[in-house]
Amino acid sequence: MAYRTNLMLCTCTMCVSVGALKIKRKIEEEIKRHNLEDEIQIIPVGSSWLCTRGPTLIVQPDDVVYQFLKEDDIPHLVEEHLLKGRPVKSLMYIHPETLHPIEKLHQIPFYRQQRLITLRNRGMIDPDKIEECIARDGYKALAKVLKSMTPEEVIQEIKDSGLRGRGGAGFPTGRKWEVCRAVKGSPKYVVCNADEGDPGAFMDRSIIEADPHAVLEGMAIGAYAIGASEGYIYIRIEYPLAIKRLERAILEARDYGLLGENILGAGFSFEAHVFKGAGAFVCGEETSLLASIESKPPEPRTRPPYPAQSGLWEKPTNINNVETWANVAAIINQGAKWFSEIGTETSKGTKVFSLAGNINNAGLVEVPMGITLREMVYDIGGGIPNGKKFKAVQIGGPSGGVVPDSLLDLPIDYERLQEAGAIMGSGGMVVVDEDTCMVDFAKYFLIFTNDESCGKCTSCREGSAAMLEILTRITEGKGEEGDIEFLEELGEAVKEASQCGLGQTLSNPVLSALMHFRDEFEAHIKYKKCPAFVCKDLITYSIDPDKCTGCGLCLKQCPADAITGKLKKPHQIDDSNCIKCGVCRDSCKAKAVILKDRFDK
Amino acid sequence: MQIDNIIQKHKTQKEALIPILQDIQVELNWLPPEAIKEVAQKLAIPLIDVYGVASFYRAFSLKPRGKHIITVCLGTACHVRGGARIVAEVSRKLNIEPDETTEDMQFTLETVNCLGCCAIGPVVVIDGEYYGGVTSSKVNSIISKYRK
Ligand SMILES: Cc1cc2nc3c(=O)[nH]c(=O)nc-3n(C[C@H](O)[C@H](O)[C@H](O)COP(=O)(O)O)c2cc1C
Ligand code: FES
Repeated sequence: MAYRTNLMLCTCTMCVSVGALKIKRKIEEEIKRHNLEDEIQIIPVGSSWLCTRGPTLIVQPDDVVYQFLKEDDIPHLVEEHLLKGRPVKSLMYIHPETLHPIEKLHQIPFYRQQRLITLRNRGMIDPDKIEECIARDGYKALAKVLKSMTPEEVIQEIKDSGLRGRGGAGFPTGRKWEVCRAVKGSPKYVVCNADEGDPGAFMDRSIIEADPHAVLEGMAIGAYAIGASEGYIYIRIEYPLAIKRLERAILEARDYGLLGENILGAGFSFEAHVFKGAGAFVCGEETSLLASIESKPPEPRTRPPYPAQSGLWEKPTNINNVETWANVAAIINQGAKWFSEIGTETSKGTKVFSLAGNINNAGLVEVPMGITLREMVYDIGGGIPNGKKFKAVQIGGPSGGVVPDSLLDLPIDYERLQEAGAIMGSGGMVVVDEDTCMVDFAKYFLIFTNDESCGKCTSCREGSAAMLEILTRITEGKGEEGDIEFLEELGEAVKEASQCGLGQTLSNPVLSALMHFRDEFEAHIKYKKCPAFVCKDLITYSIDPDKCTGCGLCLKQCPADAITGKLKKPHQIDDSNCIKCGVCRDSCKAKAVILKDRFDK
Repeated sequence: MQIDNIIQKHKTQKEALIPILQDIQVELNWLPPEAIKEVAQKLAIPLIDVYGVASFYRAFSLKPRGKHIITVCLGTACHVRGGARIVAEVSRKLNIEPDETTEDMQFTLETVNCLGCCAIGPVVVIDGEYYGGVTSSKVNSIISKYRK
């Protein structure tokens, strides 16, 4: 039965957290009240339109998008738009400059530059209904491959497309498959890396929540190409909704004969299993991931042998990232030539990024390779909120680095980013504004890697600890002359002496911060000042008596009893009791709490 | 008995230690020493290896946990929007440090390196319910929903 209108309601983890399921129930009630059940259906879709504006709803085929929905808005919305055909302006996206509501989804600047290949079904299908995926060409590529292509032809197609691994290192996918196919040994395995360890990234979660079949189909095609009949998806346990959708997708695909024995009667069999990670960053590294599936201590081991030669249970294993797998069916359907015409000379196709941090339009973005970081931050990301100044964009997480304003015109391309001291990474982009201290930010990553180091290599374990110790001293105002140079030396040494990617890249956040924000390190060391007013030991909190209205809120909230004052009179902060928790500043409506340098040097 | 069932469920898998420990933790909320011993015995894996796995991964708890688990994200995106201040505030309100449990066994405070909800950080999850855009002044009202 065809419906006149489809309501695509985002039910990703983020939208659910702000009440998407309540909105769904309310819409259902209203549809029923107006007897529209036969004309209108709600499709719960996965993955993030404008993730900070949830719950969001897109009305199709009208292409009208609504944001920040509340239950109380629904009766009006259903009556006006769905009954009377008058879209509700007050619930639409407001253009930040013209301040006019934008009616159509594709007119919103956030979407205009996006090109969806990996996320081709994002927001278009209910991920829990395989029929909807099939209606949009899901498993068509698998059928094509099984009916009309040899494994060698599949590999050639992927090679010709120029697809490179999206998990960070950018290794050519077709070449990897070719090697694994050529290795003798059986059985062979394919593995999907859905560990998404970069803290601050959500591409893989979103891809799976929006379209789990895209990943499964890619894996089945890869398995056919290398000669495997079993596959594992290693997914982090922190993603309960993605796990649920993936497990359901596997069952549905099996029911349809698209996974399992003798798929589509073509004599090829493929089983996929979900393996839940248990919260360790190092498990994203391929050899460690495989050890983890085998319940061995997940310590990375030296390569060679590569997993293609000796992987899971010492059998030839091909491991790719979620996004890599999700590209495969699109390439088979539309051809290597089509894919290789998108992007730059060395980086083909599109890349999915998760934009987060201090940015207006945080969310999931898929763009052709080669667009500039400036376009990402300003055109798509909509710039920095609250009138703050842009400071840097962090790419590549704990293995990556910061890119300052002066380099924002860099195109997104594996080689070009590397030249600038950053890396493509898996696609997490965290934008930071002037309120972020770059020393503290570098320290943040070192705390992370020091904690996540498996401890096998001394250089990684002790090197990260030593760097962290210096950074901590600097943020405490105890930095000394020579610290910067020592950090640089240590950073290079750790890079060279460590065995796996974790150790080899853990100094990048520090080295790139030193490269682009050296003056901030110097301010901490020489003048004992934190220019961003973050480092607690270098700042004081006080109240501006001209702004304070004496409402008493800060006094009530202060956990250290450091604030005194009479109602309706300016309050004061006693610095000797103040623990600099920032609660007063968060709660002050008059913005009267100000930060100052502690030392006037 | 429970543990036996869990082990049986995973019997067909080749290496099932992690899935078994995960299921036990879902069932019992932590991994008690007796459970770990039983797993070691039944799977014929040296006890020290089972402990090795159980202590390596963050997601496993070797201490009893409270009725409500409060997870505060310390991922990059949450960090640059004040995640550490949220941990400190929850810590103060409950008078426990991360990875500790209140004396009345009501709350356990845990931290995590990203929940994939980075766009709405700082993020706090209590018993599977997500809260985005948390500020230190909102912490109290969020926690009080779960106080008995
Ligand atoms: C410390 C470390 C963590 C990693 N984490 C991930 C991860 O979370 N997801 C991922 O896909 N690749 C990760 N990788 C890269 C994998 O080792 C591997 O290169 C990748 O899964 C290969 O897939 P691809 O060729 O499709 O990119 C990590 C590597 C290192 C060294
Ligand atoms: S950084 Fe907190 S959810 Fe990702």
